[in-house]
Amino acid sequence: MHDKTLTQLAASLKSGEFSSRELTAHYLQKIEKADGKLNSFITVTGEQALKQAEAADNARAAGDKGLLTGIPLALKDIFCTRDVKTSCGSKMLDNFIAPYDATVVEKLNAAGTISLGKTNMDEFAMGSSNENSHYGPVKNPWDLNAVPGGSSGGSAAAVAAGLVPAAMGTDTGGSIRQPAAFCGITGLKPTYGRVSRYGMIAYASSLDQAGPMARSAEDCAHLMNVIAGHDVRDSTSVARGVPDYTETLNAPLSGLKIGLPKEYFGDGLDPEVESAVREAVKVYESLGATVREVSLPHTHYAIPAYYVIAPAEASSNLSRFDGVRFGHRCKDPVDLIDLYKRSRAEGFGEEVKRRILIGTHTLSEGFFDAYYTKAQKVRRLIRQDFLDAFEDVDVLMGPASPTPAFDLGAKKDPVSMYLQDIYTIAVNLAGIPGISVPAGLAGGRPVGLQILGTHFAEAQLLNVAHQYQQATDWHLQLPAFAEEHA
Amino acid sequence: MQWETVIGLEVHVQLATRSKIFSGASTAFGAEPNTQACAVDLGLPGTLPVLNEQAVAMAVQFGLAVHSDIAEVSVFDRKNYFYADLPKGYQTSQMYHPIVGPGAVDITLEDGTSKRIRIHHAHLEEDAGKSLHEDFMGMTGIDLNRAGTPLLEIVSEPDMRSAKEAAAYLKAIHSIVTYLGISDGNMAEGSMRCDVNVSVRPQGQEAFGTRAEIKNVNSFRFVERAIAFEVERQIELIEDGGSVVQETRLFDPERDETRSMRTKEEANDYRYFPCPDLLPVVLDEAYLDHLRGQLPELPADKRERFQNELGLSAYDASVLSASREMAEFFEEVHHVCGDAKQAANWVQGELAGALNRENLSITNSPISARQLGELVSRVVDDTINGKAAKQVFQALWNGQGENADEIIDAKGLKQVTDTGAIEAMIDQVIAESPAQVAQYRDAEPDKRGKMIGYFVGQVMKASRGTANPQQVNGVLKAKLDALV
Repeated sequence: MHDKTLTQLAASLKSGEFSSRELTAHYLQKIEKADGKLNSFITVTGEQALKQAEAADNARAAGDKGLLTGIPLALKDIFCTRDVKTSCGSKMLDNFIAPYDATVVEKLNAAGTISLGKTNMDEFAMGSSNENSHYGPVKNPWDLNAVPGGSSGGSAAAVAAGLVPAAMGTDTGGSIRQPAAFCGITGLKPTYGRVSRYGMIAYASSLDQAGPMARSAEDCAHLMNVIAGHDVRDSTSVARGVPDYTETLNAPLSGLKIGLPKEYFGDGLDPEVESAVREAVKVYESLGATVREVSLPHTHYAIPAYYVIAPAEASSNLSRFDGVRFGHRCKDPVDLIDLYKRSRAEGFGEEVKRRILIGTHTLSEGFFDAYYTKAQKVRRLIRQDFLDAFEDVDVLMGPASPTPAFDLGAKKDPVSMYLQDIYTIAVNLAGIPGISVPAGLAGGRPVGLQILGTHFAEAQLLNVAHQYQQATDWHLQLPAFAEEHA
Repeated sequence: MQWETVIGLEVHVQLATRSKIFSGASTAFGAEPNTQACAVDLGLPGTLPVLNEQAVAMAVQFGLAVHSDIAEVSVFDRKNYFYADLPKGYQTSQMYHPIVGPGAVDITLEDGTSKRIRIHHAHLEEDAGKSLHEDFMGMTGIDLNRAGTPLLEIVSEPDMRSAKEAAAYLKAIHSIVTYLGISDGNMAEGSMRCDVNVSVRPQGQEAFGTRAEIKNVNSFRFVERAIAFEVERQIELIEDGGSVVQETRLFDPERDETRSMRTKEEANDYRYFPCPDLLPVVLDEAYLDHLRGQLPELPADKRERFQNELGLSAYDASVLSASREMAEFFEEVHHVCGDAKQAANWVQGELAGALNRENLSITNSPISARQLGELVSRVVDDTINGKAAKQVFQALWNGQGENADEIIDAKGLKQVTDTGAIEAMIDQVIAESPAQVAQYRDAEPDKRGKMIGYFVGQVMKASRGTANPQQVNGVLKAKLDALV
């Protein structure tokens, strides 16, 4: 079962080949057996999952035709779940149980899916390697010495290892696409506003976006059909019709205009990653697409702009973790200031503190215009770069990350870690959608091809990715770990 | 040296929406602590604000009422600071692009002149919760019921020059927001709160002096007292060779003084930035027109109409239009009795006096506007005379009857206008008062006018107050003069 895509599993559930209970028990068993080595889950909700699975089987027997009814999934531990701990990878929320479900969770529940548990992540989604988790790092199933990427590293590793057919992630600067690339799975970051952020613990509100991580673009399309759409509880979600993302998967690509941003093929790009990406582009040419070079001239400002805007928002978003109402509270505070200082000092990890400090500084009187206002201007230029490019081409392609997964502990200084996101971060600043699809191996570790489209072009991205996956089988390759723990 | 006081006010008005500005929780006052705080108000992780459209409409109505420019695009910002009753660690407010731009209100001063006070802007924001420092044995309790209640902060220009002007301005704002129905204006419950910026400068100097901001000035009376104290403090300080420091001070109504809270150096850096969870509020002309069409008659317009159309004096018009409740009461009395002057006299005279004596507000009047209107109409149509009317008023006040007619009948107060009956009473009184008649006869003609009062009193007494006084007067005079 573990080598089947979500789409295939859905067909099997429909045909009665096995029940949701059997399927769910199978995955729970795999998690039990293998996750000690990966550490991809923070919380496994086995009992609840089996109950949900039985309910799904009963529903199906009673005529429920829901395509995803009975499909097991995992949720990044950033999505609030009623009655199940939501830690956000932080000691701060190790004791936090939300009294509500995130909108994404509500929609997935309504679609009949089963939640196997909550996946590991960089604390408050801040990181690119999953080494910033209070619950310890996650290992990459392709190589246990390698990181799975971050911040949705637990979701990526769990899907790659076959512990769950698909998982939900979130992406603020690459946190779906980069781990998807590192773990050899397909991950879609939708347009900002396409998926509700309600109940998703905020890191940087103007950049955060939830999306599916699965084995194939087709799987992602099915999940997008469930989670996309306007939500009255999220004012930044967009009231715009949601297409059936599976409907256009098979549209032919002849005449597709692909742009290769020259800035995405420059210094720092691993040669093996580059050749894998160029091979993938050739596949597209063989499918009838035309390719040209384009320029996104402000690309090199993306990381600095991001590291002003995201920490600024984070410094404010994370103020609510003050030890007063929920979350970690220090022992025996002598007064309010002591309560704040020690609760936050004890509850937050190093990277979170660093970003809170950066953000607090950039918003301070006397610095605000030089940093924040300037960064917002840069953000508009970056967005304009993309809009200009999409005047000439339909999609952009490039690597999701400059290197394949690096070794655990390899990136010691924060800036070299930040540079990991050089190809993904501008996408969040512009608010456009992006998808990473497996496109080969470099040094035995997966390479992700990133495909970008204009705002609300998710259907097109899924179509373009799916056609590639019809022509290649990189996405079907499993790490040896998955076979060993089958 | 002669000093001039310069005052600007920041008035926080709690808007009378049913739910909070960014959540669906109720805003009702006085519930058990923390029973009206939902996940959004608690700032639970993952929750998001959704703007209450009613709060926007109310802010716009205020803006239209004070002839402000309404911002086509206004933006919510986060004001970041830590406090135990501020759940998210920031207050959502409007720093850079407020919804209501520059406007003005006219205040009426005691000498009847009016003065224009400019409004700098007004912005929407959420209220914080309450810290309760008593009853927790040295600890602090937090009640978040108030957290997220919509506030409109109205910031004036420093246009006021005395404590009286400041109080008049505050009353004008109070009257506008209650007329609009966008706030209950209840200062005791904190629905309207006021921070006062005060500075002094030598008479004739153009540059402003250094100001102090006085917080927590929460009644019309306190505004005057706080300013009086602060002005004296600042003048004394300067005259003693010191200088005023820019600081925030707290008014202590019990000691009648202001105390330093924090100086400029200790002030928070609020790190304002646009709230990424909320979209800019974009308002179009059609929306403004729609709200403009719904504006009720405002105090200034009402005052003018009372004067011009109802023929009331400037003073009466101003008193009767000062509050929405007073105006509505008066208009109902007028509507029922049909005589504006009489209605004004009764509302401001007998009724206001009685309310004052018992320390009641007009909304708690034991006599309804309809009851008073019916009473006044019986005066207008001469069914009863003024004296009897006061008896009827007292009876209504004491709840001794449902309406004026019932009481008039029960007490037999109907005015006697039958000339025969009145003549008979007069003849009796004259017959029983030979001494007074003799005095009248012997008096100089110009003194007689005064002396007639005795006879009138006797006749009125004989009629138990029901005789028509004018008639009594006329007939008496004729009969007495005939005796001369």
